[in-house]
Amino acid sequence: MAAKQETAAAVRDVEQYKYGFVTAIESDKAPKGLSEDIVRFISAKKGEPEWMLEWRLKAYRYWLTLADQEPTWAKLSYPKIDYQDSYYYAAPKQKLASMDEVDPKLLETYKKLGIPLAEQAILAGVAVDAVFDSVSVATTYKKKLEEMGVIFKPISEAVHSHSELIKKYLGSVVPYTDNFFATLNCAVFTDGSFVYIPKGLRCPMELSTYFRINEKNTGQFERTLIIAEEGSYVSYLEGCTAPQRDENQLHAAVVELIALDNAEIKYSTVQNWYPGDADGKGGIFNFVTKRGACRGKNSKIMWTQVETGSAITWKYPSCILQGDGSVGEFYSVAITNNRQQADTGTKMIHLGANTRSKIISKGISAGKADNTYRGLVRIGAKADGARNYTQCDSLLIGDQCGAHTVPYIESRNPTAQTEHEATTSKISEDHLFYCQQRGMTQEEAVSLIVNGFCREVLQTLPMEFAVEAQKLVGISLEGSVG
Amino acid sequence: MALLEIKNLHVSVADKKILNGVSLSLSAGEVHAIMGPNGTGKSTLSNVIAGRAGYEVTEGEVLLDGKDVFAMAADERARAGIFLAFQYPVEIPGVTTSNFLKTAINAKRRSEGKPEIDAMEFLKLVRAKTKVLGMPDDMIKRALNVGFSGGEKKRAEVLQMTLLEPRVAILDETDSGLDIDALKVVSDGVNALRSPDRAFLIITHYQRLLDYIVPDHVHVLVGGKVVESGGKELALQLEAEGYARYLSAA
Repeated sequence: MAAKQETAAAVRDVEQYKYGFVTAIESDKAPKGLSEDIVRFISAKKGEPEWMLEWRLKAYRYWLTLADQEPTWAKLSYPKIDYQDSYYYAAPKQKLASMDEVDPKLLETYKKLGIPLAEQAILAGVAVDAVFDSVSVATTYKKKLEEMGVIFKPISEAVHSHSELIKKYLGSVVPYTDNFFATLNCAVFTDGSFVYIPKGLRCPMELSTYFRINEKNTGQFERTLIIAEEGSYVSYLEGCTAPQRDENQLHAAVVELIALDNAEIKYSTVQNWYPGDADGKGGIFNFVTKRGACRGKNSKIMWTQVETGSAITWKYPSCILQGDGSVGEFYSVAITNNRQQADTGTKMIHLGANTRSKIISKGISAGKADNTYRGLVRIGAKADGARNYTQCDSLLIGDQCGAHTVPYIESRNPTAQTEHEATTSKISEDHLFYCQQRGMTQEEAVSLIVNGFCREVLQTLPMEFAVEAQKLVGISLEGSVG
Repeated sequence: MALLEIKNLHVSVADKKILNGVSLSLSAGEVHAIMGPNGTGKSTLSNVIAGRAGYEVTEGEVLLDGKDVFAMAADERARAGIFLAFQYPVEIPGVTTSNFLKTAINAKRRSEGKPEIDAMEFLKLVRAKTKVLGMPDDMIKRALNVGFSGGEKKRAEVLQMTLLEPRVAILDETDSGLDIDALKVVSDGVNALRSPDRAFLIITHYQRLLDYIVPDHVHVLVGGKVVESGGKELALQLEAEGYARYLSAA
């Protein structure tokens, strides 16, 4: 009897510990700071199974050992981040089942940001899994996709409904020990998208998620997992704009892609987080780990990114080319203006035979901004016949900005071929005058010239995204000349 | 009232005086030619009117329809109807000729309060004009001036002029680098644009261009000044005699 009571008491204690501060659970926001309690809070808030919590805790404990291992090799300078001065969880008031139930005010915000969610879904046939302040509030076209066997849902739901897939693949491309920011994400990720494309299916619509930061001082820790089964294809779009704010905001997302035999994943991003004001005050700190594994034979992963926002961008969407004949592509436009700093590029890791990779990077720097391309092409010993082509072009606007190219090429196979081309150019007065003489304002001229410079990358974006991206390119560089 | 009035224009570049009191009056419907030896200020005159940076106007004024041109930014001048066909058009990598033209046309239309040009209408318009100028259809799909031959660049300039329908068109040594066939095509393009409400200022070294574009007035610019003005016969006279007598006088 005594033993039984003891057990009961122990369980009660454990339960209490598990949920931490009981009252706080009722609120929509966890208290500031990061601790094991916060990790448990987030997990409890989502009603996660034990194994998920354990994984988070493993990551959190590992992260503690990394305390002095925040990466410093990037060409970025920013004040030391106080990880205890950030919120790690914020949710909207309640979770909604359909678009109709979405708060009209919320939809109004989307409209102001220039992305009419509802309209876009209907007009463009885009299924939208909208993430607003960490938790998904609207999922459309769910039914249609379900009928085809596509799973497209918030990862927080997939943890319950498709736990076997999550267990099998989560952390299999970006393990919880990967790097400082990815480890942090593993511990505290709030939500994100889960996509599963069944064998042989060519997903007929672009899947897209819009991310937002709206809650003050909320760290954003999105987690996305995309699995393309044998012979399947999917195109996924991710885009973000954020309202203006004063304080720095930490954003550390992780995206994992898995392509099996003959599968293809196309992942496109337009990133427009708040970049800070002209003096560099405020703005998002964006530390992202994106990686795709081409596990299957002849599989293909293609990253396209248009990076215009954030005060700090630290991001290297990469491909691990394991399957023989697999293909990795990376197309990037990174624009920095005013005091923005971007250190971005890719890693192409060739492991399988006859693997191919292509890197097209366009960096545009204006104002007092710094823009660095950092890339690694690694050819493993078994990667017979591997090929890489890299092209890095930099465009400077004005004489106070910087462009840097840091390509690493490591080849352990004598049959491999790698090519690297790089150019640096400047928008000259002659170019501007020529355009102005044809009636364009300076800003129109810059937008036109820069869009021309980026064309090769922008044209890889899906149509509706390309139009938005072109506008964004112009808007990002407003005030950069004259 | 003259369409374009240049009054006692003095211009310096880096403290060096280039123009020393140029006065010209262009009425609508007229074609004026400015001839002169190298380094006499011909290109400076066209650049100052169009609004290129780096020139200091120390005296004088330029009026378009009586309005002070120097009070306008370069793009405003363009939208008000001043067009400069460049001697050396710049290459704009990645920007298709078609996209460039559309952007320019829409900039003008916007300032006139008109909606943007319809894509089909634009294509039809451009196709018609390129045909007249003997340009292949796919040329508008190429990046503007990138890899264009000398002749192609000048045709592209005339194409832009045709589409933008300026009030005052300035041609800066448009004949340089053109073979005789291209010269004829470009001249035909210009002649087709001659109209009672448009004026041309044609800057050239040689009389040859004026065989094809027959001017109403010819001015000789030497040492930053108009030293003589006359009719089209003056150009022929210059061809025969050269600029020697002006230079020795100066």
